[in-house]
Amino acid sequence: MQAVRFIKQAARPAAKVLRPVAVSRAFSSSAATFTRSPVLEFSEEEELFKETVAKFAQEVVLPKSRAMDEAEQMDPEVVQGLFDTGLMGIETPEEYGGAGASFTSAIIAVEELAKVDASTAVLNDVHSTLVNTLVRTYGSDAIKEKYLPKLATKCVGSFCLSESSSGSDAFALKTRAEDKGDHWLINGSKMWITNAGEAEVFLIFANVDPSKGYKGITCFIADKDMGVQIAKKEKKLGIRASSTCVLSFDDLQIPKENVLGEVGTGYKIAINCLNEGRIGIASQMIGIAQGAFDRATDYAFKDRKQFGKYIGEFQGMQFQIAQAAIQIEAARLMVYNTARMKEAGQPFVTQAAMCKYYASEVANQVAGKAVEWMGGVGFTREEPLEKFMRDAKIGQIYEGTSNIQLQTIAKDIMKSKS
Amino acid sequence: MSSKLRIMVPVKRAIDFAVKPRVNSAKTGVETAGVKFSINPFDDIAVEEAVKIKEAKKGAVESIHVVSAGSSKAQEVLRQSLAKGCDTSTLIDVGDASVEPLTVAKMLAKLAEEDKSNLIILGKQAIDDDSNHTGQMLAGLLNWPQVTAASKVDINESTGEVTVEHEVDGGFETVSASLPMIITTDLRLNTPRYATLPNIMKAKKKPLKTVKPADLGVDIAGRLETVSVSEPPPRPAGIKVNSVDELIAKLKERGAL
Ligand SMILES: Cc1cc2nc3c(=O)[nH]c(=O)nc-3n(C[C@H](O)[C@H](O)[C@H](O)COP(=O)(O)OP(=O)(O)OC[C@H]3O[C@@H](n4cnc5c(N)ncnc54)[C@H](O)[C@@H]3O)c2cc1C
Repeated sequence: MQAVRFIKQAARPAAKVLRPVAVSRAFSSSAATFTRSPVLEFSEEEELFKETVAKFAQEVVLPKSRAMDEAEQMDPEVVQGLFDTGLMGIETPEEYGGAGASFTSAIIAVEELAKVDASTAVLNDVHSTLVNTLVRTYGSDAIKEKYLPKLATKCVGSFCLSESSSGSDAFALKTRAEDKGDHWLINGSKMWITNAGEAEVFLIFANVDPSKGYKGITCFIADKDMGVQIAKKEKKLGIRASSTCVLSFDDLQIPKENVLGEVGTGYKIAINCLNEGRIGIASQMIGIAQGAFDRATDYAFKDRKQFGKYIGEFQGMQFQIAQAAIQIEAARLMVYNTARMKEAGQPFVTQAAMCKYYASEVANQVAGKAVEWMGGVGFTREEPLEKFMRDAKIGQIYEGTSNIQLQTIAKDIMKSKS
Repeated sequence: MSSKLRIMVPVKRAIDFAVKPRVNSAKTGVETAGVKFSINPFDDIAVEEAVKIKEAKKGAVESIHVVSAGSSKAQEVLRQSLAKGCDTSTLIDVGDASVEPLTVAKMLAKLAEEDKSNLIILGKQAIDDDSNHTGQMLAGLLNWPQVTAASKVDINESTGEVTVEHEVDGGFETVSASLPMIITTDLRLNTPRYATLPNIMKAKKKPLKTVKPADLGVDIAGRLETVSVSEPPPRPAGIKVNSVDELIAKLKERGAL
């Protein structure tokens, strides 16, 4: 299997191997010297960017993280900082005010932010991997010109698919869009919409013709001031600073041209970008796992002594720590490999489901263990461990529950047997 | 001032400040395998100062040229500096050789002449070898005025007068000189920014030139020989005492009182 893949890749012309850095490092003079580079090898600019995000997370986000969790509210300075650092337009082309960077860069940003604060990470993730990606991929030139620059520099975006009666079964949605000649009229409501509290741009999935079933679903782009209303802000177990809201649309008028892609292709658009989005959520989960691991292992090896020794010196602790390290490494390899597959234009749907499933399991296990490793202190809100543990839970629910990921993976296996 | 500012900022890729350095098994230096490297923090401050001057004195700065002597890996710190606002960069590729401050200063002097630099801002020392030599030697070679360990820099771009505050024993000293000059930076001078993502991407398009020491007419062979590198001796464990009386008794026992 490995060998076959190797030959296939090596036989391709260099230009088709879509890992720019790996290419320049790997092909020195001829294909004969081709060597594979490790999955976790980043390009020079990705490395620099990772450092920038890590620094931003430590200096700007970390000091506010606990207070944001307690207040169940993002701090505007953190959101502004995300814009100023260029984290809200990572893949947006330069001509639209973004950085024109790689998909992997977007994934790196989410991981680095989640090491410190999972709410900030999801705000960035939804904005980058769902909202920006949809506008960039499916927007007309006029829509791209109008929305991409402001999404990159000042306006947070929301992705509005789920409804109270349609979560896993997302395409049973009931929100209606009526063609009124010169505009669309939207009526209905949405549930659990991330970033809705901060957002000024909303991507809304609504059905233009329920008789066509899911083939009537269409993706609209709306500005908040067109009349998007927040009906309620949820109080949650984790990622409490991230706003999660119920939205209602009451004769919401949207200009005729504010459709992403074709009318009736909304379900395809949603599936495609959620597949990418899952890699982002998986990255959030490895960030959480790593953040919890780093703090708890500092505590075990440098801070806490019992029975006259650092608690990390006990083999019972060491083996648990080693196992957690393996889990994080495995999850990270899956996440970045899937990101590179996506960049290379290879099919990655199953891998995306696998990495989201696995990374969210790992985050929950590691964050849970890390609380234990810190004992009583880990359980208190003096330390970030209990927060990592609460924040990890959402990974098994949003952008497709763990069962839905398993279903996607199993379907793919079944297909290969039929 | 007749001509515009042409600032040169020499930077070094050094072991990251957060890494605890360890002596290698051959006892010839510090272990570098698997260790994180970053731009020397004082040099990062130098980059920041140059960029701040460019931003504050609109039009007065013609270019900021960032230079590093090191292996090809030093390109990282050059790119990072370009992403923060430097305009051009040069890697003096010395391979894996460790070059002495005088050698570096000679190469920088040559580049400064070629580039017609009139202000050189660099870190007061690199945190790996803590030599604190390069800036001073460079000033000697170029015969320019210098201020070391600057904590505040004020440039009058019309007269070419530069006023610098720096820390001395027991306080601050303010000195002034005319361009061209050398300034070495201290921690207090500024807080470096981080490179934003759009600027990281734009830095890819900025010039990065590579030269060899021979191109600058400099022989990089060392003049010093490292005989041996060793860890500081471990501190012996202390003891706990239960009372002031016991403390005094112990101190007396050791002849400390
Ligand atoms: C904090 C938060 C943020 C969110 N952000 C957004 C957002 O920004 N935009 C958006 O559109 N949505 C968002 N959601 C919605 C989220 O995607 C849904 O909650 C999720 O898809 C699950 O849907 P549900 O809650 O209706 O659960 P249900 O679909 O009712 O599932 C309940 C349980 O049944 C299981 N189940 C359902 N169907 C099957 C099946 N066929 N086989 C086996 N098991 C099944 C599920 O796995 C789950 O365990 C968010 C949710 C939360 C909690």
